[in-house]
Amino acid sequence: MARRTPAPLLNRPVWFWALVTPFLAGLLVFVYVPLLWSLWLSFYDARNTVTPTDFVGLANYVALLNDRLFVDSMVTFVAFAAFIVPLTFACSLGLALLLQRVTVFRGFFRSVFFIPTAVSYVIAAMVWRMSFFNGARFGLANTLLTDLGQQPVNWLGGENNWYWLVLVSLRLWLQVGFYMILFIAGLNQIDPQLFEAAALDGANGWRRFRYVTFPLLRPTSVAVAMLLLFNAFQAFDEFYNTLITAGGYPPFARPPLVYLYLISFGGGAQDLGIGSAGTMILTLVILVFSLIQNRVLALGGGGQ
Amino acid sequence: MKPSRAGSVLAHLAASVLAVLFLLPFYVIWRNAFSTQQGIVSPQWHWWPDQLDLTTLTAVLGNPRLGVVQALVNSLVVSVVQTLATVVISLMAGYALARWRTPASRLVLGLTVFTLMVPAMVTFVPTFVMVSTLGWISSYRGLIVPVVFSAFATFLFRQAFLDFPRELEESAALDGANTWTTFWRIVVPNTRGTIAAVGTITFIGAWNAFLWPLLIAQDPAMRTVQVVLSQFMTAQGVRYPEMFTGALIAVVPALIVFAFLQRWLVEGVARSGLK
Repeated sequence: MARRTPAPLLNRPVWFWALVTPFLAGLLVFVYVPLLWSLWLSFYDARNTVTPTDFVGLANYVALLNDRLFVDSMVTFVAFAAFIVPLTFACSLGLALLLQRVTVFRGFFRSVFFIPTAVSYVIAAMVWRMSFFNGARFGLANTLLTDLGQQPVNWLGGENNWYWLVLVSLRLWLQVGFYMILFIAGLNQIDPQLFEAAALDGANGWRRFRYVTFPLLRPTSVAVAMLLLFNAFQAFDEFYNTLITAGGYPPFARPPLVYLYLISFGGGAQDLGIGSAGTMILTLVILVFSLIQNRVLALGGGGQ
Repeated sequence: MKPSRAGSVLAHLAASVLAVLFLLPFYVIWRNAFSTQQGIVSPQWHWWPDQLDLTTLTAVLGNPRLGVVQALVNSLVVSVVQTLATVVISLMAGYALARWRTPASRLVLGLTVFTLMVPAMVTFVPTFVMVSTLGWISSYRGLIVPVVFSAFATFLFRQAFLDFPRELEESAALDGANTWTTFWRIVVPNTRGTIAAVGTITFIGAWNAFLWPLLIAQDPAMRTVQVVLSQFMTAQGVRYPEMFTGALIAVVPALIVFAFLQRWLVEGVARSGLK
């Protein structure tokens, strides 16, 4: 397409700055300044203060990396991401493909799978911990178990690993609908003639998916995988609300953000130096993992 | 490509079973809200509520100690103001980033995309530090202003404006309209779909936000509805029916907004989200 000469008024830089300044100023003041300030705080002993004077070098970082709870939390969440990202990916794609085969009430089904997106993690956690997976006999899961002649399970007590089932099912319920919509959008962009051509060549359902649908869905898949990864490391609401008790947060299943919350705001002393150092480590981990994931997905792309 | 009949029946069957599972949590909120405490904690699970009247609802709304009404007002103020501000600010910035191809524009776009990679809540510790230095703890300003500048919204608008035909703006400019007038009179009215999509995402995100209000609303009178519900779960003396009545009241506005604007949301995501 030939480059047209734009109308003279339209491209005057003063209008660019008039339009972009409110956003840019907010971004700098509430994202970039705090981030740099936090980098600075992370080298200081900043208990109960935001203008510390006591430079401690890397001591906050060393303290964190020697803290069993922090290391456990990071390791657990790398494992959690490695598990939840492919699982949510597969379930959302599965729902989108299922809806392609549904011809009756398709719009209704799509809405039903999408609507949990509107529910908060707080409310979902309430339903999951108080009703579905209540440790008492009147919980739905325990009622089903006792009907089958099993013993009721204390799902969230921490003496077993069942709390992962609770947290993963909650997350799936709340999240798959949104990613399903992204996949549906991606599927709709694929030319239907390609499916017909593949069918004429005798490709069955699986081969059509493997050689036509999935490769053409690449841009959507890459975007969904990235969003899921950011999301996995950001987990806070559902863990906090599912596991917190009147006595505080239990020592297991602490996402990095919950750990940072407890260390920065939980105890008597607000240790913002340690909290800031943790923010830096977490940011770095997310960046490294997104680079790795990008690289892996790009390798599978055949040089796109 | 004609799918087999059996396959189609199976697909509808699977979709129906999944639909029941997906709707179950909503049913449970409703059942618990209209049950008595005894009805819920009796040894066996009951599917049907045992108190189908407004007793619990009026008790919850009429009890200032629970703070539900105040929390609803706070949530409403925060969500509406945040949504309006985010849409206006990101709409302008997204337009500028799509239309101007200058080094400055590329730099701002780079800063925006980097923010997308470092999710806002990961940096909640430093942002909290910033807000407490400003003296904004337990205020609407503190709840709203720091979360208004959405890189995600700006990015979505930019993507939408890339597809926007230039001719409309150029003819307006030839008619003597300046950029500001052209933007509000020509560009914005033709971007309603994306505005509805970004508005819905922002409103639901703001209504459901938990971590940021938890940090900022240290004065109980400033708590949002999600924070209040969260505290019900660990509080002594809040019973199940009251808790779930609170959940029911809190989930209904989000569901209504969602139901009305779902079409735009789907289209907006499909059109501008992933290119």
